[in-house]
Amino acid sequence: MNAAGFPLLSLITWLPLVGGAIIMSVRGEEAVVASNARWTALWTSLVVFALSLILWVRFNQADGGFQFVENAAWLPQWGISYKMGVDGISVLFVLLSTALTPICILASWDAITVRVREYMLAFLVLETMMVGMFCALDFVVFYMFFEGVLIPMYLIIGVWGGPRRVYAAIKFFLYTLAGSVLMLLALLAMWYQTGTTDISVLLHTQFPPAMQTWLFLAFLASFAVKVPMWPVHTWLPDAHVEAPTAGSVILAGVLLKMGAYGFLRFSVPMLPLASANLAPLIYALSVVAVVYTSLVALAQTDMKKLIAYSSVAHMGVVTIGIFTFNIQGISGALFQMLSHGVVSAALFLCVGVVYDRIHTRDIARYGGLADRMPRYALAFMLFTMASVGLPGTAGFVGEFLVLVGAFKVSFWLALLGSLGMILGAAYMLYLYRRVIFGSLTRDDLKSILDLSPREIAVFAPLVLLTLWMGIYPSSFTGFFDAAVGAMVEHHQAALVGTARFAQILPAGGLHP
Amino acid sequence: MSGTSMNWVLALPEIALSVCGMGILLVGVLQRRDTFRFCSMLTVGAFLLAAVLVISTGQGVGYRGLFTDDAFSAFVKLLVLAAAALGVVVSLDYNEHANLRRFEFPVLVLFSTVGMMLMASANNLMTLYMGVELMSLSIYVLAAFARDELRSSEAGLKYFVLGALASGLLLYGISLVYGFSGGMGFTELAKALADPAHVSPGLVVGIVFVVAGLAFKISAVPFHMWTPDVYEGAPTPVTAFMGTAPKVAAMALLVRVMAAPFGHLLGEWQQLIVLVSVASMLLGSLAAIGQRNIKRLMAYSSIGHMGYALIGLAAGTQAGIRGVLVYLVTYVFMNIGTFALILAMRRRGRMVEGIADLSGLARRDPAMALGLAVFMFSMAGIPPFSGFWGKYFIFTAAVQQGMWALAVIGVLTSVIGAFYYIRIIKVMYFDTEGEAFEARPASLSFVAAAGGIFTTFFFVFPAPLVAAAELAAKALFR
Repeated sequence: MNAAGFPLLSLITWLPLVGGAIIMSVRGEEAVVASNARWTALWTSLVVFALSLILWVRFNQADGGFQFVENAAWLPQWGISYKMGVDGISVLFVLLSTALTPICILASWDAITVRVREYMLAFLVLETMMVGMFCALDFVVFYMFFEGVLIPMYLIIGVWGGPRRVYAAIKFFLYTLAGSVLMLLALLAMWYQTGTTDISVLLHTQFPPAMQTWLFLAFLASFAVKVPMWPVHTWLPDAHVEAPTAGSVILAGVLLKMGAYGFLRFSVPMLPLASANLAPLIYALSVVAVVYTSLVALAQTDMKKLIAYSSVAHMGVVTIGIFTFNIQGISGALFQMLSHGVVSAALFLCVGVVYDRIHTRDIARYGGLADRMPRYALAFMLFTMASVGLPGTAGFVGEFLVLVGAFKVSFWLALLGSLGMILGAAYMLYLYRRVIFGSLTRDDLKSILDLSPREIAVFAPLVLLTLWMGIYPSSFTGFFDAAVGAMVEHHQAALVGTARFAQILPAGGLHP
Repeated sequence: MSGTSMNWVLALPEIALSVCGMGILLVGVLQRRDTFRFCSMLTVGAFLLAAVLVISTGQGVGYRGLFTDDAFSAFVKLLVLAAAALGVVVSLDYNEHANLRRFEFPVLVLFSTVGMMLMASANNLMTLYMGVELMSLSIYVLAAFARDELRSSEAGLKYFVLGALASGLLLYGISLVYGFSGGMGFTELAKALADPAHVSPGLVVGIVFVVAGLAFKISAVPFHMWTPDVYEGAPTPVTAFMGTAPKVAAMALLVRVMAAPFGHLLGEWQQLIVLVSVASMLLGSLAAIGQRNIKRLMAYSSIGHMGYALIGLAAGTQAGIRGVLVYLVTYVFMNIGTFALILAMRRRGRMVEGIADLSGLARRDPAMALGLAVFMFSMAGIPPFSGFWGKYFIFTAAVQQGMWALAVIGVLTSVIGAFYYIRIIKVMYFDTEGEAFEARPASLSFVAAAGGIFTTFFFVFPAPLVAAAELAAKALFR
C-alpha cells in the first residue's frame, strides 16, 4: 500500500470534514455552541496536524518520486482516478497547511464572536481543500480542490471581513475563477492528448511544442492570479485588508503558495519547452512585481495592505526562482515559499494582535508600543527581520538561494531581484519604527496589554520555526533536494531531447 | 424487429401513464370532496409505475417506424419522470395556500409528461410534433392556472401565442423537410440524406425552421423572449416544472433530430447550433446581472444553461451527446431544488420573489441558506458540486472536436455568470438580517434535500450515471 500502511493522505485530507460534521450537528444555546465549535475545530486540526507529522517522520528523503501513494477507481473509463501522493515538493506544504490551521483557529478564538460555528466549519473545509490540493496526483482531483478553496475563502472574507468585505470577496472569487477556468480547458486538452489525467503519467508525456505554448499560457492565467503576479495582483491587497486576521494568515500562508506550487507541479516539468521559451516573460513580470509592489508598499498607511504588497514582492522572488530551472533557484523558491508561509502568516497575526485591541490598522495611530508591549515588540521584530531576509532567520536562506540561481541565468535578473531585498528592508523597518518605536502619545495605547498566554501559544511555534529554518535549513531542504534534482534533470533532458528532434527535422520544421 | 410491425408493447409506459391520467381525472370528477392532494399522490404513483415500465420494456422500433425505444429514450424518460414527480411534490403546499387546490393540476402535469415521453421516443417528424403539442398545450393551461391573477393569465396567453408561432415554424420546417427529401421517418431521412453533397438548400431551410421551433421550447437565444415573463408570471410550481422536465424533453428531442435523421448533415447545422449556443450563454450570463426578481433570474440562468448544453450538441459526437445528458441530469436536480427553496420564500401568507428578500437568510434559516448556496455554487460550476461535472463533460466534447473558440467563450461566460450566482450567496450570507420566512413545509424540504444531496455528493460516485449517459448517447450513433 504505502509507507504508512494505511491511507494516511486521505485521512489527513478528509478528517477535517468529520470535525466539520460534528460542529454542524451541535445544537443548543449560542454561547455553548460557539465554545463547542471552537474546541472541536481546535482538536480536529491538532489531530490532523499530529497525523501529518507521520509524513515528516516516515518520508523517505532520498526518493525523488511520489510516496504514500493511494489509488482508487473513480471514473476509470475516462482515465480519471482518485490518486493521492506526496513528493518532496508537496510534502512540506501539506505540513504547512496542517500547522497553520490550528494556529488560525487559536488566533480567532476571541476575535470572532458572531457565527462562530460557521466560521470554524469554513476553516475546516478550507483545510480539507488545501491539503487535498497538495496531495492530489490526478489533475481532476487537483482541480476540484484548487477551485473548492474558493468556497470557504469567499465566505470567510465576506461574512467576517471588514467594511469593504463584499467587494473584496467578490473580486477575489471572480479573479481566481477567471484564471482557473482556462486551466480547466488546458486540463481537458492534456487529457485528450494522453487519455489520462494521472499527474505522474503527464509528467513523462512530451507535448508538441506549439501545444505547450498554449497550455503554458492557460496555466499562467490560472497560477499567475493565484501567486499573484503583477499585473493581476490587485485582488490581493483588497482581500487581505478585508479578511479577518486568520483569513489573511491562511491566504498569505498557504493560498498564495498554490499558484507557485502549480508552476512547479505542472508548468515547469510538463511543459519544459514552453517554460524555457517564456521564462523571460515570467522574469519581466516578476521583476516588475518585486520593484513596483515594494515601492507601493513603502507608501502604504494601512499595516495589512503594506504586508499584502510585500507578499506580492516576495512571491515575485519565488517565481524568479522557479523559472531559473536550476537547483539553487528552485530550491530557493521552495524554501522562500515555506518561509514566507510562516513569516507573512506571523506578520498578519502581529497586525491582528494590535487590531484586536485598538480596532484600527492605520499605522499613524500607533507608535511607542515597545514600552507597553515588550514581548510583542520582540516577536514583531523577529518576523520583521525574517521578512527582510536577515541571516539566521527563515527569510534569508530562500532569497539567497534564489539570487544565486538567478545569477546563473543573468546578472541583471539577480541585480533587479535583489532590489527587492533592499526595498523590503526599507518598508519593513519603516513600518516597525512607526509602530513600535517613538513615544506613546495616545491614551488608548497607554493602557494596551501585552501578549496574552493564548497569543504566546500562537506565536511560539512560529518563532521557533522561523529560527529553525534560518539556523538549520537542511532539515527542510533535505525533503526536496532529491525531487528538485530530478526535476532539473528532467527539464534539461527534455530540452536536449527537443533540440535533437529539431535537428532531425528540416530547417524551420517546427515553425512552418 | 422490423420497422413495419406494430409492436405496441413498446409504448406500454406511455399507455399506462395515459390510462392512469384518465383514471385520476375520473376520481377527481366523481369525488365530491377536495381531492387535490389525493390526486397528486396518485400522479406521483403513476410516474413511479411508468418509470418501472420504462426500465422493464424492451428496445426496438414500433408502430410501423413511428416510435422507437432505445437506451437514449429510456434515459430521457426516466429523467423526465423524476423531474415531473418532484415538480408535483413541489406544487402541493403552494397550491393549497394559493387557492389553486384543484385536481386538474397534477393531471395536466401528467399529460404533459406523456407528451415528453413521446418526444423522447419520436422516430418520425409526425410523432415529434404530436409529442411537442401534447406537452405544450398542457403547459399553456398550467401557466395560466391562477386564472384570477392577472400576471398568471398574461403569462399563459403570452406563452400560448408565442408557442403557437413556434409550432407553426416547426410545422413549416417539417413540411419543407418532407417536400425536399420525400420522407418523415427518421430512419428514411437518415438514409436519404446520407450524402451531404446532394442536399438541396430548401432542406437546409427546413432544418433551420425545425431548429427554430425546438429552440423556442428550450428557450435558447434568439427564441428566448417569452422566458423571463412567463417564468415570472406563472405560478411558481409551474415555473419549477417548466424549467426542468420540458427543457429536458425538448433538448433530448433536438439532440435526437440532429443526430439521427440529420446526422450526416453536421456541416450544415453545426454553425447554427454554435451560434445559438454562444448567444444563449452570453445573454444568459449578462442579462441576469441586473435582475431583482429571483424567478426572472432563474429564467436567464436557464437560458444560459441551455447554451452550455448546446455546446455538447454542437460538437456533434457521442461524447458531446453524453455531455448533454449528464448536464441535463445535473441541471434538473439543481433547478428543482432551487425552486423548492424559492417556494419556501413566504412571509405572512404571501409569496415573495425579490432577491433582496433573501437578505440575511443564513442567520434566520441556516439550512435553507446552505441549500441555496450549494445550488448557486453548483450552477456557477464550482467543483465539487454536480454543476461542475456537467460542464466538465460538455467542455471535454468541445475540446475533443477542437472547438476552442466555443470552449473559451463557454468558460468565460461561466465566470460572468458566477457573478450573479455568488451575489445571491452574498445577499444570504453577508447582508444584514431581514424578516423571517414562514416555516417550511416538509414537501419542499424533501425536494430541496433530494436535490441538494444529489448535487453535493454526485462527485463521489459519478461513474454509473456517466456510463448510463454514454450508453444512451451510443444508441443514437448506431
